[in-house]
Amino acid sequence: MTQFLVNGVPRQVAADPDTPLLYVLRNELGLMGARFGCGLGLCGACFVHVDGVSVPSCDTPVWSLEGKSVVTVEGLTPHPVQQAFLDEQAAQCGFCVTGIVMTAAALLERDPHPDETAVATALDRHLCRCGAQQRMIRAVVQAGRPQEASDG
Amino acid sequence: MAELPKSLAANPVVGRWIQVGADGTIAVRVGKVELGQGIVTALAQIAADELGVGIAAVRMLPAGPAGPDEGLTAGSMSIMDSGTAVRIAAANVRELFAAAAGKADFSYAEWAARVDLDVPADPDVPLRQTHELVGTDVPRFDLPDKVYGRPRYIQDMRLPGQLFGRAIKPPSPGARLLSVEPALPGGVTLVREGSFLGVIGADEAGVVRAAETVRRAARWAEHDTLPDEDELDKFLRAGPHETIMVADDGEEPPGGSTVRATYSRPFVAHASMAPSCGVAVWRADDQVDVWSHSQGVFLLGRAIAGALRLDPAGVRVEHAENAGCYGHNAADDAAFDAVLLARAVPGTPVQVLWSRQDELAWAPFGSAMTADVSATLTAEGRLSSWQYDVYSQGHTARPGYAGVPGLFSATLLDPPADYPAAVDPPAAAGAGSTRNALPGYDLPRRRITGHRLIESPIRSSAMRALGAFLNVFAIESFMDEAALAAGLDPLEFRLAHLGDPRGRRVLETAAEAADWGRPRPEGVGLGLGYARYKGRGAYCAVVAEVEAENEVRLRRLHIAVDVGQVVNPDGVRNQLEGGATQAASWTLVERVRFDRRHVTSDTWESYPILRFSQTPAVDVTVIDSREKSVGAGEAAQGPTPAAIGNAVAAAIGVRVRDLPLTTEAIVAAIERG
Repeated sequence: MTQFLVNGVPRQVAADPDTPLLYVLRNELGLMGARFGCGLGLCGACFVHVDGVSVPSCDTPVWSLEGKSVVTVEGLTPHPVQQAFLDEQAAQCGFCVTGIVMTAAALLERDPHPDETAVATALDRHLCRCGAQQRMIRAVVQAGRPQEASDG
Repeated sequence: MAELPKSLAANPVVGRWIQVGADGTIAVRVGKVELGQGIVTALAQIAADELGVGIAAVRMLPAGPAGPDEGLTAGSMSIMDSGTAVRIAAANVRELFAAAAGKADFSYAEWAARVDLDVPADPDVPLRQTHELVGTDVPRFDLPDKVYGRPRYIQDMRLPGQLFGRAIKPPSPGARLLSVEPALPGGVTLVREGSFLGVIGADEAGVVRAAETVRRAARWAEHDTLPDEDELDKFLRAGPHETIMVADDGEEPPGGSTVRATYSRPFVAHASMAPSCGVAVWRADDQVDVWSHSQGVFLLGRAIAGALRLDPAGVRVEHAENAGCYGHNAADDAAFDAVLLARAVPGTPVQVLWSRQDELAWAPFGSAMTADVSATLTAEGRLSSWQYDVYSQGHTARPGYAGVPGLFSATLLDPPADYPAAVDPPAAAGAGSTRNALPGYDLPRRRITGHRLIESPIRSSAMRALGAFLNVFAIESFMDEAALAAGLDPLEFRLAHLGDPRGRRVLETAAEAADWGRPRPEGVGLGLGYARYKGRGAYCAVVAEVEAENEVRLRRLHIAVDVGQVVNPDGVRNQLEGGATQAASWTLVERVRFDRRHVTSDTWESYPILRFSQTPAVDVTVIDSREKSVGAGEAAQGPTPAAIGNAVAAAIGVRVRDLPLTTEAIVAAIERG
């Protein structure tokens, strides 16, 4: 039995300790916002925060989470970066977006007003096949503009 | 009496398209599907305008058995096919309500119970001449769910009692299963039919582990079937071929200087962000319900019925969204895998998700292509003949093509289904290998021929723009080479051969946006690419700006596009930005890799695509037009690689004719001189 917080709620997970977190989130806890894209931690579609760091949930085994705090996109919502994505219509198929939102939110914690280069660098672990990258970069920069950052 | 548009003629009952609820909510069911391109929102705008309601009153329902059959969502045809049909269907609804109410100003809710919509559409219904929503940036309906992480995709479906399934692919094309005796844990069921292998269970992670156990335990008969990946030119030319005559003006080339060159691209993968997924429930009496992200749910249903010898009326397929779709990927295959596994557990829903590795290795590819261009130039710098030969595999092997199921796992059953080499869509549907092989320029003495391989061990099918990507790359690269030979500026040279005013306008607009003609610093180059998609769709010109020092960096794309009347301007810009960025990725980094037996590019490490920091800034100018609306999704695919290739040549003075434009390809081109 592994114990950890998910979106602030204590959870006891009975799954095999080697089970990737992604399956626990989606199938046991009903949190579908992290998506399965590759299962190898290479595409970014399944990213969640573990103790504030954006990581792939598809290759994070549950045993490694003992005592830690997991935040998924459901726990983050609503976040200014999501509103910025909607304002910029910064998506096409949207499949990569929740993972990107998680990494962007973590970036904004570290660096509240990133420029385009900082955003692109932070998002380089994420793939987008539809070609919406430039809109997403604009959206994250927008979310970090001082006048936008005060409201939620 | 006017004729009904194609989609409406095939599905003439108004109520199949539109239903009005007692609360006044209007449900619209189209046969086109959301692939990440925003089509559903654009069609809702058209419907709402014609119904005379706000956008919030319209609900868009998924394509499926209850709605119209509109064939495929492909080829940038949805606004043309479905848009015209939805408009007339909606106008019919408005007229029927107005007639019942006896006035033009009525409430849909009040009259919903009293108006019968199960009547044939009247093609002569009056259409509204003013629009409130068409031409405006209505936000996409589907994005809030996607941004907030709500269940929306097919992999998020959880039907009551649903089990998880995985299909285990053979180790290599043509392999046949000899034996398999895996030691599986309790709760996991093995399904074997011929060489098809699958596992089913309630615990998804356990099913994934069991699939790996089965893969390791299976013994196969395998042999080398694939060509040499470094000799694709030879492979494509070897034949046998079908010859496709596109144009033959029947005149011999005159004297003058001759320019000739050969261009190529490798096989390219769809590489959608989500692997393919299917859900199926096997019902009593050999009926089956299927959910799929297929581009053609009705075609898929008929193909499943054909493969399993079922009554087609008993195979019901409803569309469910998945990640972006750029052509015939493995969606249909995954749906069929779900059906095969569901048949083993009647009455229980089974969801099958492909692995990333299978998605990159086993989904159909966009074909490798190679093209020879030669032309003569007059002393005045005008092209006086044009000869073009393109070699390619076919560009469609969709479900039901060539009279076969076209479903991968059907080839593993006993007896195996035939899966012949891909064919090409007919010229009326925009052709395949020869799509855009006919240049849009005013050229005399043309001889343009396609050569489609009619046998191949590599599965190819439709991928965004089909042959237009390589054909426009070849034609537009060649236009620059010919301009250089003539000593003329590439823009002037193009305009001298282009009478079509809409074509000239996009070229001039993109060039002006990029400040064409202004000298650039050393190592920076601009390049042009232009085409009218399929020769009758959107006009698009692209100017690429690259910086070439140690490696090529694509800094910016300036795009001008004329898609006729625009339904959703931001939707058009988004499609052009995305299409151009994806085409840039194909151009710069993508290549399917294989040895003589296996596809080896089966992860994001071995099949890289452009990353955030590599993507160019993209500026799109949408030309204001009252012409007939045409699709936007594929317009930039051809002009973009040409613009990039021409910009690289401008930046470093070396012409790279073989894609992708990697550092190695550039070094090889420099070494060849």
